Parts: sequence; C-alpha cells; structure tokens
Amino acid sequence: MATATSKRDQGAVAGGTNAGQERRLFWLRFGALAFLLAAACALPFYLSNYQLFEFSQAFIYAIALLGLNILIGYNGQISLGHGAFYALGGYTTAIMTTRWGIHYGWTIAASGLLSLAAGFLFGLPALRFEGLYLALATLALALATPQVLKYFDTWTGGSQGIVLDKPPVPLDLPLNQDQYLYYLSLAILVLALIMAWNLLRGRVGRAMMAIRDNPVAAETMGVHNALYKSLTFGVSALYTGIAGSLGVLAVTFAAPDTFNVFLSIDLLAGSVVGGVVSISGAIFGALFIVFVPVYAQQISQAAPWAILGVFLIALMYLMPNGCASLLHRLWGALEKKIAGASAIPADLTPFEDGAAEEDQRSARAASGD
Amino acid sequence: MQTFVAQVISGLSTGGIYASIALALVLIYQSTGLVNFAQGEMAMFTTYMAWSMLNAGWGYWPAFVGACLFAFALGFGLERLVIRPLETAPELALVIVTIGLLTIFNSVAGWIYTYTIKPFPSPFPAAPIKVGFMVLNPQDLGVVGVTLLMLALIYLFFHSTRLGLAMRAVVENPVSSRLVGIRVSWMLALGWGMAAVVGAVAGLMVAPLVFLEPNMMGGVLIYAFASATLGGFSSAGGAVVGGFVMGILENLTGTYITLVGTKLKLTVALAVIVLVLLIKPTGLFGRAAVRRV
Amino acid sequence: MRAFLEANGLEAYYGWTKVLHGLDLSVPEGKVTALLGANGAGKTTTLRALCGMTTVKGQIFYDGQRIDGKPTEEIVRLGVAHVPEGRGTFANLTVFENLLLGAYTRSDRAKVAEDLDRVYHYFPVLKERRTSQAGLLSGGEQQMLAVARGLMLRPRLLLLDEPSLGLAPIMVAELFRAVRTINQTEGVTVLLAEQNASAALDVAHHVYLVETGRIVTGGPAEVLRGDDAIRRSYLGY
Repeated sequence: MATATSKRDQGAVAGGTNAGQERRLFWLRFGALAFLLAAACALPFYLSNYQLFEFSQAFIYAIALLGLNILIGYNGQISLGHGAFYALGGYTTAIMTTRWGIHYGWTIAASGLLSLAAGFLFGLPALRFEGLYLALATLALALATPQVLKYFDTWTGGSQGIVLDKPPVPLDLPLNQDQYLYYLSLAILVLALIMAWNLLRGRVGRAMMAIRDNPVAAETMGVHNALYKSLTFGVSALYTGIAGSLGVLAVTFAAPDTFNVFLSIDLLAGSVVGGVVSISGAIFGALFIVFVPVYAQQISQAAPWAILGVFLIALMYLMPNGCASLLHRLWGALEKKIAGASAIPADLTPFEDGAAEEDQRSARAASGD
Repeated sequence: MQTFVAQVISGLSTGGIYASIALALVLIYQSTGLVNFAQGEMAMFTTYMAWSMLNAGWGYWPAFVGACLFAFALGFGLERLVIRPLETAPELALVIVTIGLLTIFNSVAGWIYTYTIKPFPSPFPAAPIKVGFMVLNPQDLGVVGVTLLMLALIYLFFHSTRLGLAMRAVVENPVSSRLVGIRVSWMLALGWGMAAVVGAVAGLMVAPLVFLEPNMMGGVLIYAFASATLGGFSSAGGAVVGGFVMGILENLTGTYITLVGTKLKLTVALAVIVLVLLIKPTGLFGRAAVRRV
Repeated sequence: MRAFLEANGLEAYYGWTKVLHGLDLSVPEGKVTALLGANGAGKTTTLRALCGMTTVKGQIFYDGQRIDGKPTEEIVRLGVAHVPEGRGTFANLTVFENLLLGAYTRSDRAKVAEDLDRVYHYFPVLKERRTSQAGLLSGGEQQMLAVARGLMLRPRLLLLDEPSLGLAPIMVAELFRAVRTINQTEGVTVLLAEQNASAALDVAHHVYLVETGRIVTGGPAEVLRGDDAIRRSYLGY
C-alpha cells in the first residue's frame, strides 16, 4: 500500500490540484501509511510465534518479489529462475555464519552484493536473450540449481544442507527471537520498499521503463540498453539475494532441494498475483504465496500447487495486472470521495501495452494501403 | 573404444527422447511463436494415464495407443480452451499460463498418484544382444527405433498429406492460409494435439528408465530446451538432430569428464543453452526470425 | 444486371482507426469491376474488408448472402479468391504446393488435377518451375503464382489487389490478358484494385474511383475513359 499512495502523489501534483485538496490528500496518505506501519509493528504482541514466523516469511518473500517486479514489470525481462539468486543469498549467509563465524548482519550485505554480481553477470547477455529465450534460460537455471548446490558439497554440505542458528536478540531488547526476526524482516522490507520507490521514480527507473516499452526508441534516446538490462538483472538479484539470506536465517536451514524449480515458480506466481508493475504488489503477492498454501495444504499435499497454477491462469484472463491494480483503483476511488481529488491511477503494464500489440500472425500481415 | 561406442548408442537412446520433446516444443513454437513450458509435464501426465490403463489390465500397446489418444485430446483441448482466448495477449501472459499448466499437471499427478516412484514396464526385451564385438541393450535400440519411426511418420504426414501441407502453410504464412480457406485456428489446435502425442511417446519411452513420478520430466525438459536451442527453434529437423547430439553429449561428458560426472548433468544443458544463445541464437539449423519492433 | 457482390455503408477499422467511411459498392456478375485511386485511398482496405480481414461495419452481400462478420476462411469457402497485395506467397513451399493449397477447400480431386493443367496453360512458366521454392521466383512469376493459386479455388469471385505492382510493363500486359481470358471464358466475376489506371480501364467493364476511404464516382469504364476532367484529376494520365 505504501507505494500505491506515493505513486499517486506525482499524479496529483502534476494534475494541478489546489492546495487544500493537496493537503487533505497528503494527510490521507500519510495517515494510511502510518496506520499500516503501526499495525505491522503491533502485530508481534497479538500473534503466536508461529504466526509471526509466517509473517516474517511473507516480508522476506516481499523483498524477493520486489526484485522480481523491478525486473519483469518495470524492465520487461522475464525470469523463471530467481530461486537461484534466492539460493545464492541463502547459502552465502549459511556458509559465512557457520564456517567462518561471521556476524549475520554482515552476511546479509554480502549475500546481496554477491547476488548483485551474479545477477549482473547472468544479465550481461540479456540483450541477446530476448523474451522467450530469457524465460527458457532462466528456467534452465532454476532446474539446474539444486544439482549445482549438491555438487559443491565441501562448501554446501551436499544434500544434508547446513543448519544454522537463529539470529540472537541484540542489546537485551525485550523480545524473543521470533519477534526480533519479525522486526528485522520488517525493517529491511521497509528499507527495500523505499529504495525501490526511489530507484523507479528517478532517471534509472525511467530508462528501465523506456527499454521495456520501446527498446529501439530507448536506444536512440541514448539509453545503453544492454548495460541497463544487465544492471536491472543485478539489482533484481540483489533484492532476491537479500531475501534468500533472511529466509535462511528465518528457517535456520539451507538444503539444495528447498531451492528447486518450484521456488522460482512460487516467486513468479507471487509477483504475478500481486501485480508485476507495482511496488506494493510485492507485499500482496508475498502474503498470497505464504498464506494461501497454508490453507490449501489442508485439502491435500499437492493442492497448493494446483491452486497456484489455477490462480496464475485465471489471473491472466481476469486481472492481468494483479491485485495491486485492483487495490490502486479502489484506493483512487476512496481518495476521490474523501479529498475530492481526481487522481486517476496511471497503471502502466506490459500486459496493457501488449493488448494493443498485435500477435505475430497479424503483425506479419502488413496492413495494406 | 567399446565403452565409447556403448556410450554413444545409449546416448542416442536418451537423445531420441530429448529429440521428441524438443520436436514437440518446436511444433508449437513454429505455429504459435510460443514455448510450451508445460510440455514435459503433459508428457508425464499422459504416461500416468498409460500406467492407469496398464493397471486396469490393458496390454502394453493398447495402453500406448490409449495414452496417445488421450494426449491428443489433451493438447487439442488446451489450445482451444486455455491458449486460444489469449491469442492476442503478450508473450509474458502466455509464458505464465504455460507455467501455470506446468504446476497444475505436476501437482494433480502428485495428488492422484502420490509422489512415490512407480516402475513402468518396457515393451522391449531385457536380455542384451551381441552384435560382433558389441553388446547392445535392446532397450536402447527399441527407444531409438520407436523415436525414428515416429519422426518418419511425422515427416510423411507433413510432406504427403493435405492436412500436413495445410499445417506447413499456417506456419509459413497464416494470413495467406486463411485466404486459401484453411481454418487456421483448428490447425493450431491440431499442432498442439500432435505435439502432445509426440511428448507422450517420449514419456512412455523414458518412464522405464527413470521410473514414473511427477517430477520425472524435469531433467528431460531442460535437455529438450537445450536440444531445441541447439538445433534452432525454427527448425523441426534441427531440433531432432539437437536432441540426439545432446543425448550423446550427456553420456560422453558423464563418462569422460570427471569434473562433470553425472552430478552436473543439468548444468551441462544450461551451459549449452547459454552458449548457443550467446554464439548463435538461431541455433545450428534455424533461420533468423523476423522481429517485431 | 444483378449485383453479385454488394456493399452498403461499408466502414473498416484497423484497431481504432477508421479507414473506410461508408462505402457503397456493387459488382455485377460475370464482369470485371475496377477500384481505382491513389496509394492510400483505401482500395486494399476495401478488398480486405470484403473478405473479413478487418473489423467491419455496414452490410456486405455476396450472391444474396450476408457475409460481413464472417471469418475470412469461411468467406473463401463460399468461392471468393483474394489475391493479396504483395502476393502472399508461401515462400518456402514449392510452386506446386502453393497451387495445391489454392485448392485446399475442394474435395473433387479429379477436377483439381484438371484445373492444375488449366493454370499451367495460362501461366506456362509455373509449370516449368513447379518444383522450385516459390520464394525463388521473380516478382512477376510470383504474381502469376498468386493469381493461379486464386484460380485453383475455382472461384466465383476473384479479388485482385494491385496485381501490376512492381511488374515490368510486358508482364502487366500478360497478366491482364490472362485476367480477361479468365473472365470471358470462365465467367469469373473480378474485382480489381489498381493504381495503374490505364491498364485497369482496358480490362474493366465498370469502374469506381476511391479517395480517402470513400467512393468519389463510378460508372462504365468507357464513360470514364472518355471523361477528360475525371481522367486528369483522378487517373493522372
């Protein structure tokens, strides 16, 4: 929700609304954000440790999805293999904390940086891996990940994996470890959201979107497509790597088969369900992939995945821009009612662009005179 | 030398399986410009169907035919019901839909048949055959034989039947195809149906080797991707050649490069995909696609 | 004379862009009708709209039957052969296969073989080159192939879109001779879109002038040929 509001800010200002309206809007948004944040901070005092763990997991996934949204939604590159970067971040933390005894705080940063480098390198040939080929290469990456992890068993402990400790509560804070982890994840998520918002509304963000919408035009306007695409891949991997690091700290365990192809698909699903072209969508998507399986599991062990698949397909028909676009619209209506502003959500998405785009077949039909 | 030849022959056998799935991918890619990420899982699911038929007391070959018919209906139906309505949707939406299908087939198979592995019968005799100094495994020969027979049938279909000609026309120029009265959308559905049948045969051939389980096609799929990429997504023949090459490559790297062994087999496929895309993105036999700007 | 093909208030759209603005058209049976006009006037769009290749508003009657809103392939199956601008050749297939595809909707195999001989008779060069890839033919040969492919349908209505485009004058003459023969000996109704007014006026019985998606005027070919004002301002020769 954080960015549902912030994104709208620009629209309202640009729309040239009067000062009173603007003030009302500001307080409305500020209030909503403050309320959400306060609610999130208060949660640990009302929930069981296990429920808290689930929420921490959701926040962690939200960080990963943020990375995926930046890549897919804002830069138009498909990745079906982000589980690999999640694994990279996770194992970096697991190895550094258990073998070298390094403080987990440093390992989170190291995981992020290592993933940034790996993502950048994988993204280097990105210009040649267009559309489907990128999807294919990243899916292959996801399929190969567990095997690679098992192969370097002197580092990774092979199929046994690595068991690590929960981060201890620092400074004698009056919290238990689950509560601490919750706040840690929340803090990093908020930081990640602010950074993503900053990145996307700036020059870099505009370049990313220009490449998504019209690569040829972007190139002629002086955007170095290949560099930006690789960089975006790197930044995206950075987010996902940090999430992986936190994820391993949360479950205190890293094993190759938990980072299989379905992790990547899970991340993709979260991204799509939340809405790929939104920052807030990452949160909705993460809540979805954490909590829906919890309930679906009660039907059958396999049910969560079946439901996920059905959701993915149904969304493409009904709501290709995900939950975020729906909520943006509702929030826009609410703002209009309360503040009288006429902020129309400007949701840009590759899906909507695509609707106008003709498919391959008709494109070849070069229209006549 | 003897190991080498044995490895090549067994490589041809797995290669035949990769070639089949790669061919299925290419059949769909050529007509719709779409990579069906669920191809492997569809093959897995139809193999389970065959298993059910065998369990119901059917003979091997009736079950084989039954599974192929089921596969055809499945592929045909999916195109009409799921893919067709999204005809004008962008690439990303279709990728996501086929990924959705992948998870659905995988989990529904797990749901119905559980995740425990099941042995699957092979129609070929187990006793090795001696030919000169070579000892050949009838299983390998059988798989190669079935694959080649299927490829020959498909070639014949495309090159000597009216329907096959129409399907080639649709791949080549959908607009002109409409102008000669070809019902293009039915041809696309037919393509999906045929691809599913080709995949089903591959599933039936691979199941005795890897045992039947919902995740059995993961490794095959990545090799099929590599095969199609290597041969070129725009060339059916190329994909088949690519499949056999990948099969042999897998066996030889596994035997002779100790660093790789069998433990990094999937990484070999990933490396092939990345290298081909970097060096020659159209593959060995593919044509450069006309890009939309 | 009965209108074999008739369009009333025909509008055509590419996406949201309206290209034809209420066109009225009547094509008499057994005759050659020509749509003349400059590049971009809407001739090609008219032909495309008539066989369901654009979004259409208005009514189209073919042989007394409403066909607007029908899919292209179903209109073709009623006996309408459309030879598109740019020929629409199946470049990787052989000449023979291209011709076979023309007869795709027919089930009378014996007659198809007969028709194959017939088009080889009209365009002998196609017989010589029947096993070569269609993409390897020259522009003129490809145009002949496109017309021949249309004839293989045994059409009742032949829509020809800019058949003279990019052809040498001698080829144009040969092609139009063939069109006249087809019309006269087989009674195929022809609707022709052309920029090359003089060539079209020679073969057509009836002419419409099209400008910015509207019909400007129309009438028997000999009348238009004789009208200097029209000739100068619209036909440019």
